[in-house]
Amino acid sequence: MSLLDVRALSAFYGDFQALFGVTLEVAEGETVAVIGANGAGKSTFLRAVAGALPVPAEAVAFDGRPVGGRPSHALVDLGIVLVPEGRKIFPSLSVEENLQVGAHRRRPGPWTLERVYRLFPVLGERRTQPGTNLSGGEQQMLAIGRGLMANPRLLLVDEISLGLAPVVVQQLYRTLEAVRAEGTTLLVVEQDVSRVLAVAQRVYCFRKGSVSLQDVPARLTRERIAAAYFGA
Amino acid sequence: MAWLDTIVQGVLLGGLYALFATGLSLIFGVMRLVNLAHGDFSILAAFLAVVAVQALDVNPLLALVLVAPIMALVGYTLQRLVLNRLLGRGILPAVLVTFGLSIVIQNGLLETFSADSHRLNPGGLETASLALGGGLAVGWFPLLTFAVAVLLLVGLQLLIGRTALGRAFRAASDDGETAALMGIDQGRLYGLAMALSLAIVAVAGIFLGIRTTFSFASGPDRLLFAFEAVIIGGLGSLWGTLVGGVILGVAQTTGARLSPGWGVLAGHLVFLAVLLLRPSGLFAKSRRVDS
Repeated sequence: MSLLDVRALSAFYGDFQALFGVTLEVAEGETVAVIGANGAGKSTFLRAVAGALPVPAEAVAFDGRPVGGRPSHALVDLGIVLVPEGRKIFPSLSVEENLQVGAHRRRPGPWTLERVYRLFPVLGERRTQPGTNLSGGEQQMLAIGRGLMANPRLLLVDEISLGLAPVVVQQLYRTLEAVRAEGTTLLVVEQDVSRVLAVAQRVYCFRKGSVSLQDVPARLTRERIAAAYFGA
Repeated sequence: MAWLDTIVQGVLLGGLYALFATGLSLIFGVMRLVNLAHGDFSILAAFLAVVAVQALDVNPLLALVLVAPIMALVGYTLQRLVLNRLLGRGILPAVLVTFGLSIVIQNGLLETFSADSHRLNPGGLETASLALGGGLAVGWFPLLTFAVAVLLLVGLQLLIGRTALGRAFRAASDDGETAALMGIDQGRLYGLAMALSLAIVAVAGIFLGIRTTFSFASGPDRLLFAFEAVIIGGLGSLWGTLVGGVILGVAQTTGARLSPGWGVLAGHLVFLAVLLLRPSGLFAKSRRVDS
């Protein structure tokens, strides 16, 4: 049985429809990636799953139960946690306080301040500084660490590589391996297609708010991806 | 010596104004909500103290133990049932609703307690004073008011700076949407903020009711002074609020000393001067402004 089961999900910003019947599944322990052009609805999809957008109850099932339309904090309690696009570090909070906000619901699990600092030593060194004093890559580490502090079963990660140098992105993906080793299921939105093909077990491509392609990386050729990205 | 006395009285009065302003500032800081009924809630608390004093025959300061939790409960309920529905739609809906609440509270008080002026009697404390030598004396009660204001501000500072609840307040103030995604239940958090705000304003209302007479229509003046203290001190700064209250208090007592009718006017003039020269207030923290 899949951990996350999204069926024919449509989502709206006011009158604007951003998602048209998206169906997507993620099995427990799996790493799934969503790729697609800007405006394809990838971030909207993650936000809808995380409870930031109103969706029908039966459109999203988690661990076999319908959870669509529940507020974000209730979904965090179940273990659905989003690392948002643009990192969204709280500027008036220190590095450590940003991490502590991630643990607000006190969900039990392996991740503690200590373990996050072991995963990202630079965060421990700068724990008392304002979170927004960090470099872009360090802020992304903080955003991931903050998500981990909630001890997620399913971690949704939106555009890790946004605005970061390739070497930093590589380092961040290596830490995601450590997260996966804890048994955490990952659903990653990413623009960097070659990166995705290396880490994901299955890939979905979105175009104009619906799924245009889904397959395992081994069967994805450049031509098929290009067609799914831009339309045939 | 008479001038020194005027300034001391003004400083102590500033403590009371800081009590009014703190709750207002907290609510605006956490959820960008302007509560136009803030002053009326303080008067409501003073009337609740009148009832408690009559029914239980206790000192009004002791009535606080009962009134502050009641006001906190009123605040929590109001926020969850009404005000939370208005958030995220800009500042205007909340302004209109709290303006309406202000009118409802005033008329409710008029209906229940008539238009008579009331006063809370703390049993002689309001006239007792402490001689400082050289003809200078300060009242115990203004001294107590100031001390309570400082203690409450210290307590609030610790709450906001050191506790999980305070951290959640700051996170929600920075970015409510992301705070919600991190698992903070905004509806509950805002309810707690309003509960805290109205508990503090209950303290302010009861101290006001001991210091001076009040009637059903006394709220809007209190709101105005609270706004002035917040703006003089600078939004988002607790100690700025105390300084703002003190500056307003000193301006008022100094003005009143020059001529009895000039007290309130002098306060307004100082407020306008600060608004002209330092529109962000004297101690404003640079704060990201939400679009």
